[in-house]
Amino acid sequence: MYPEYMAQSLKKVVQTRAKRLELARKKGPVFAPMNADQRQQALDKYHPDYKSDSKQKVNVGPNKGEALTTEVAKILESHSWVDPEKIDLDNPHHETDLLIIGGGGAGCNAAITAMKQGVKSFIITKLRMGDANTMMSQGGMQAAVSTTDTPTRHYLDAIGGGHFTNKPELVRALTEDGPGVVKWLEDLGVIWDKHEDGSIQVLHGGGTSRKRMISCRDYTGAIIMRTLMDEVKNHPGMITYREFLPALELIMDVNGKCAGAVCYSLDTEQFHIIKAKAVLVATGGFGRLHIRGFATTNHYGATGDGLVMAYRAGAKLMYMDSVQYHPTGAVFPEQIAGFLITEKIRGAGGQPVNKDGELFVFPREPRDIESSAFIKECETGMGVKTASGRDGVWLDSPLIDQIHGEGYTMKQFPAMHRQFIKYSIDIIKDPMLVYPSLHYQNGGIEINDKCETGIEGLFVAGEATGGVHGRNRLMGNSVLDYNVFGRRAGQYTSEYVKKAKTGKLTLKHIDAHEKEMDKAGIYTDLVTPVILPSYTPEDVKIRRLARSGNALARHEMLKTRVRPSG
Amino acid sequence: MSSGKNAKSKNKSTAKKAEEDAAFRLVTVYIMGKPYKVPAEATIMGAIEYAGQQIIRGAGCREGFCGACGAIFRLPGDYKIYSGLACTTVVQEGMTLTQIPAFPVQKAVYDLEKLEPNAATFQKVYPVVFRCVSCNTCTKVCPQGLQVMDYVNAAMRGDVEAVMDLSFDCVCCGLCAMRCPAEIVQHKVGILGKRLYGRYLRKHSPELAERVKQIEAGVFDKEFSQLMAMSKEKLKKAYYDRDME
Ligand SMILES: Cc1cc2nc3c(=O)[nH]c(=O)nc-3n(C[C@H](O)[C@H](O)[C@H](O)COP(=O)(O)OP(=O)(O)OC[C@H]3O[C@@H](n4cnc5c(N)ncnc54)[C@H](O)[C@@H]3O)c2cc1C
Ligand code: FES
Repeated sequence: MYPEYMAQSLKKVVQTRAKRLELARKKGPVFAPMNADQRQQALDKYHPDYKSDSKQKVNVGPNKGEALTTEVAKILESHSWVDPEKIDLDNPHHETDLLIIGGGGAGCNAAITAMKQGVKSFIITKLRMGDANTMMSQGGMQAAVSTTDTPTRHYLDAIGGGHFTNKPELVRALTEDGPGVVKWLEDLGVIWDKHEDGSIQVLHGGGTSRKRMISCRDYTGAIIMRTLMDEVKNHPGMITYREFLPALELIMDVNGKCAGAVCYSLDTEQFHIIKAKAVLVATGGFGRLHIRGFATTNHYGATGDGLVMAYRAGAKLMYMDSVQYHPTGAVFPEQIAGFLITEKIRGAGGQPVNKDGELFVFPREPRDIESSAFIKECETGMGVKTASGRDGVWLDSPLIDQIHGEGYTMKQFPAMHRQFIKYSIDIIKDPMLVYPSLHYQNGGIEINDKCETGIEGLFVAGEATGGVHGRNRLMGNSVLDYNVFGRRAGQYTSEYVKKAKTGKLTLKHIDAHEKEMDKAGIYTDLVTPVILPSYTPEDVKIRRLARSGNALARHEMLKTRVRPSG
Repeated sequence: MSSGKNAKSKNKSTAKKAEEDAAFRLVTVYIMGKPYKVPAEATIMGAIEYAGQQIIRGAGCREGFCGACGAIFRLPGDYKIYSGLACTTVVQEGMTLTQIPAFPVQKAVYDLEKLEPNAATFQKVYPVVFRCVSCNTCTKVCPQGLQVMDYVNAAMRGDVEAVMDLSFDCVCCGLCAMRCPAEIVQHKVGILGKRLYGRYLRKHSPELAERVKQIEAGVFDKEFSQLMAMSKEKLKKAYYDRDME
């Protein structure tokens, strides 16, 4: 239920609805889309990436001298959990052909694909299998399957959405493999939304010029993730998995090839050494770093660990100066602040309106543009303020049933409806209050179309990579991304391990990193990868007791972790 | 729950202040038997963290999709066992709660390619399904409000489509399996049902098959090469000139 102080504004939304419904029924956009100049202006003035303190020069490693998102530069300029001297690399706990770090969508796709090539893999993951951003995608996946569409048109949309900064070979791989991925998943048992005649239902998403968004109701990620996980678990002879075992550092061999990882059991607090012929980093994104104090849509373990590990091993990062804020994060009720409201709501006709119930932006601009427009509206006093001090604009969802007929919202958006009805807000009758939420790591570790990095034996796939989406990803392209590149990674790692020979293992890159920090004069108590964010109130942390023998309790070590400010 | 600093403003009217005070009302909850004062508006997950615990097992998506955070609780003066997802259930005064982040379940190992979409498959893969005593406890406990028992019954009848449809929104928290007196693993049965439906009973999509064929035949190769070779300026023009569906 919305509080009394919002009633006035809600009334205005109702008053303007009929007029806006008219617009929606007409052909053409309900609000004029921005041209190139207007877009640039909106970004310059209102996008968080363009604020002066949003970036900081990184002083160590392969991207030395480059300005990166401040929080990212910080986790790169930090200490390792691992003291190489104390690690015995000669007696690894496990040996495998392919070590996959991260049990999300990219990791599982790779394991299944490698298995089909006869290659055994070992998945280690931070939380449970599938506790991953992959589980959470609601809106859907882009793939050029409809007869009005082509993969090349998809290419143009994706590269334009990314402001022409995407790596062309990666965009081609993404868009060309798309329809094949749809079939691959379907054969594994994923249930796509379809029309009576069997054709796949396609909807619009931000920045798409054709209807291209395919979905599994609004549980797209949950259905795909559980299908992939189930398949992974159906092959215990070929795929081993270990949960609550995050990787902390990559292991190299004396010839400069990547050859395993140092892991850390969250249950027993022990290090585990895993030796491998090839390593795939599929650790996903970084939302839980709470860049600029923003609330996030991401899962609990999304702390950008892969970036840190790969960077210390010498891999180059690309576009780590760009962050994606999803335009529609929930603002009210407070309990679900940051919660993602799928873009499909706008794809289906939901309109963003200000406190006066007026449209102020084309509903389906690319995300960074749409977000900037929302922030502008709020910063110029046209938003709605909540009691806890948040700003938001309305996302008018009741239009959806009025456009598509009664029952459509319930059928298409059960997850969304369920989330709000718990707080007595019925999105069929009332709009939702939204504000941009930290959503996606646009950049990442640079790869080519075989998921190779500059380091032999080190492959990366999924949200951890950079280049596929340039500086801005379009909705639906990252579900496609982890499928396309997860499969490619499985393919190309398999080819690689069949020939690979591993030399003596070493962690001297960690020593080198510490030396470089010292030389650069960096003094910090930050230890990374972050592993888990801490939501413990500061005063509680201070009261904590150290364990006997002056060894710090596990939880106390978390003190050095990045905390959300605010 | 963390807050967007940027979204915060300083000026507060009295009405807003009152609202805020309400937000800082504290209630006492018993986390695994121990009392803690936590904000009245907190979710169970928020309360556990406010109390000072770092959750290791028991949090995943934090948004109601992954099922890592199943919790059960009782309320004062009420004999009933309630359940919910810790990430989306708000605490109440006197609530005594525990998370059930893991419940032993054996997933059957099977080869989807060798199965058929019928009752015999459920019988073979999850024979435990047929122990259902129709007590409906699974349905009552489901935090998603699904008709769990109905899909278990559908599995017994071999109605794969109904299993798929009724279990579609399952987040696999496993609370149903935990409470089931017949020891059924409902959520796993749901996954089997969905995969069987997707693999064998889905509607055929001719346009997809055709598109996959076109790509394999290299129909788009030339256009791709042209796009990839385009200067940024040309590409920009093509992008801003493209028509919209
Ligand atoms: C709420 C939400 C909604 C979304 N909706 C859409 C959508 O509609 N369409 C779309 O295209 N995209 C969407 N996305 C984006 C998309 O889901 C993700 O980008 C994509 O799933 C990433 O897949 P991944 O496999 O690379 O990473 P993930 O699925 O996040 O998997 C990474 C895995 O690595 C593990 N891990 C992390 N660090 C370590 C470590 N140190 N050691 C071991 N394991 C580790 C994590 O625990 C996790 O299991 C959404 C994202 C979110 C958060
Ligand atoms: S943490 Fe994922 S459902 Fe609650």
